Amino acid sequence: MTNSPFTPGIVPARLDGSLLQENFVDLHAALDPHEALVAADRCYFCHDAPCITACPTTIDIPLFIRQIATGTPEAAAKTIFDQNILGGMCARVCPTETLCEQACVREAAEGKPVEIGRLQRYATDTLMAQGIHPFRRAAPTGKHVAVVGAGPAGLACAHRLAMHGHAVTIYDARPKAGGLNEYGIAHYKATDGFAAAEVAWLLKIGGIMVQTGVTLGQDIMLDTLHANHDAVFLGLGLAGVNALHAEGEERKGVMDAVGFIAELRQASDLATLAIGRNVVVIGGGMTAIDAAVQAKLLGAQSVTVLYRRGRDAMPASRYEQDLAASKGVRFIFNAMPVTILGNGAVTGVRVEYTKAEGSSLVGTGETFDIPADQVLKAIGQTLDGAPGGLEITGGKIAVTGPGRTTRKGVWAGGDCASGGEDLTVTAVAQGRDAAEDIHVTLLG
Amino acid sequence: MADLSSDFLGIKSPNPFWLASAPPTDKAYNVVRAFTAGWGGVVWKTLGEAGPPIVNVNGPRYGAIWGADRRLLGLNNIELITDRPLEVNLREIKQVKRDWPDRAMIVSLMVPCEEQAWKAILPLVEDTGADGIELNFGCPHGMSERGMGAAVGQVPEYIEMVARWCKQNTRMPVIVKLTPNITDIRYPARAAKKGGADAVSLINTISSIIGVDLERFSPEPSIDGKGSHGGYCGPAVKPIALNMVAEIARDPQTRGLPISGIGGVTTWRDAAEFLALGAGNVQVCTAAMTYGFKIVQEMISGLSQYLDRHEMTLSELIGRATPNVTDWQYLNLNYVTKAHIDQDACIKCGRCYAACEDTSHQAIAMSPERVFTVKDDECVACNLCVNVCPVENCITMERMPGGSVDPRTGLVVSDQPADWTTHPNNPAARTAAE
Repeated sequence: MTNSPFTPGIVPARLDGSLLQENFVDLHAALDPHEALVAADRCYFCHDAPCITACPTTIDIPLFIRQIATGTPEAAAKTIFDQNILGGMCARVCPTETLCEQACVREAAEGKPVEIGRLQRYATDTLMAQGIHPFRRAAPTGKHVAVVGAGPAGLACAHRLAMHGHAVTIYDARPKAGGLNEYGIAHYKATDGFAAAEVAWLLKIGGIMVQTGVTLGQDIMLDTLHANHDAVFLGLGLAGVNALHAEGEERKGVMDAVGFIAELRQASDLATLAIGRNVVVIGGGMTAIDAAVQAKLLGAQSVTVLYRRGRDAMPASRYEQDLAASKGVRFIFNAMPVTILGNGAVTGVRVEYTKAEGSSLVGTGETFDIPADQVLKAIGQTLDGAPGGLEITGGKIAVTGPGRTTRKGVWAGGDCASGGEDLTVTAVAQGRDAAEDIHVTLLG
Repeated sequence: MADLSSDFLGIKSPNPFWLASAPPTDKAYNVVRAFTAGWGGVVWKTLGEAGPPIVNVNGPRYGAIWGADRRLLGLNNIELITDRPLEVNLREIKQVKRDWPDRAMIVSLMVPCEEQAWKAILPLVEDTGADGIELNFGCPHGMSERGMGAAVGQVPEYIEMVARWCKQNTRMPVIVKLTPNITDIRYPARAAKKGGADAVSLINTISSIIGVDLERFSPEPSIDGKGSHGGYCGPAVKPIALNMVAEIARDPQTRGLPISGIGGVTTWRDAAEFLALGAGNVQVCTAAMTYGFKIVQEMISGLSQYLDRHEMTLSELIGRATPNVTDWQYLNLNYVTKAHIDQDACIKCGRCYAACEDTSHQAIAMSPERVFTVKDDECVACNLCVNVCPVENCITMERMPGGSVDPRTGLVVSDQPADWTTHPNNPAARTAAE
């Protein structure tokens, strides 16, 4: 090991290989069978359970937990997959602390919810490890649907369409299918190539073709897809990244957090990844947290998250904030970057405190400098490359009901579409529901 | 998914899970909810004869005991048979059966022990289109004081007599529901068979006092400071029910008599155990009353997965364990096992040690580092350590192979079975000619 956390600049191998390995293991270890039984025993099997209501995909959580408790995790997995075919990934990445587990009545009773996320993972892992795909494709309908984007929305849509017997072709611009599951999730939340394994497992339904390296608007056009297929589903995600609008944004060492996360996820050797000594992450969402934590785990000496509003307004949950803090990430709230300092390469960030003035935020005039050799921007993604002819609302493809766009025969879901939170689980629900609507429309 | 469709006495239902005659089956509203949730059939809550409706207490009618985490283990009740007018029940039964023709509809009956009373009600029930009747000879509280329920079920001659009346006066299959409040369940079962009953169902509830209010010195549930014995049910009674089902299934006099298994069925596994011991289907009440009708979904998926795993049909499961229920004297005394503690699974709580050292055979050693190991030369394989261990499969019973020496007895373990009937210590084993 030639470098350490104290080495200036952006360099690889600040930590030795074994420590890197250790840093990037599963955030939550899988439950073993004993732990799963103990955890499952805590579920009260509530009527019209609040956890189900809180789940964007409406998984019958009490039922699947009871199935675990009675020794049939495979049946539990089926219950989960009935509603959410990406239940394996959602078990890993869902912010359960703000969804099902927040709603759990034992959270109200004891401040300790049933560990729904981990139980879901136990069930789905059990079935997937057996190589079982619990659904069968209906007889072919002769209909062919194009799905653009192999992320959670597109995959969920494609699977449900295939189940109903439609032929599906998925197009994705990236070299691998999976979307944010493959490129956008923190490494320690989906270890051991889980995203790719899940896609392979999902495709066992049959009837789905995946074409990667195909970009909408460049290699294929919506009009052509529309003409050549019976329906089109757009699950494009948000490919664009917001600009910082701070002076010096072009300096070397300033990069997008999503790119950093993607590179990290695709790295075969974590020791080859370069990371700054002093890293500043700008933003307050999950991308900011994932980037900050991983920067720290790669061996950055200091990692600071700058968020322009107060802690309460931060989109990342308190649980995620605490996770980051426990790894040594520092948070500075109510502060915004005004200048990226340096001469060619970044040397620091000039930060100004903010205050609310009416509905907008303004600088207080008080500034301070933070040393930085790397700045990661995580201030939100934007819809990029949406085809023309579709109504856009609030920067997203306008949809009504189950993902219907303003163009007949074209549906959209996931982050690129209006409505719902930008979560994997929400994307799955939207993809699934659009598929049901497409199915009814095609056979109606 | 295995086919769970069930045929009990020619009564078809999509699965072998019926709701027992009890509060959940007292009204069309509940029964329709149950059918919507997926239950295969119901036994409608017991109807009495026409006339002024039954009166129930107006204070609490249920009491419970709980395990850890307040999990309900046992429930008792002092509720009587339906307190709704006979004609209302009959009208609803008819309507529900018409709306749900694929589900089993059995009507539970309890009228005075006079032939005329039975003759009067049977045609009324027949007219509803119900699939069968169940004779409630079981309720241990209230009605038994009036010469019905368990008061009938405790007298085999009465059972036979009433069963015969019913068989003579209706085309419907007759199921006799048995009370467990009797010393030997085989006698009432034989009586039911002799009377011509098509099946027995068991167990009804067990006479019980669920608890005592130590401030008011009143039994629970307390009605103005007093309590009465009630019928006990729920997971806690399952072992009693399993034994009684098995006794009837293997009794030469009643072998082959269809049995509807009742008593603490809470999960698919409980149901499978009843079926394996010879029940043709199961009836459920407490689990539904505790968790709602939706639990049937877990029963369906679980039983189905189990049958698939064993590549077995439902009918192949029924009675599959019955031949393995035997008398103690036929148990293989050459089956020698020793407890084994999986050190990786052990969490070092020491409960096995306390149990063995204080109350059994001093066969577990405890090191200063809290490592617990079995002393094979002391272990009699009693299984208590397995039973008290909080970690499933941490302690297991391992069989000693034939030819090895049991360090406790110093004897070579035989691979030939041998039981008490031939044991030298058994006076009856000596041959007369010796």
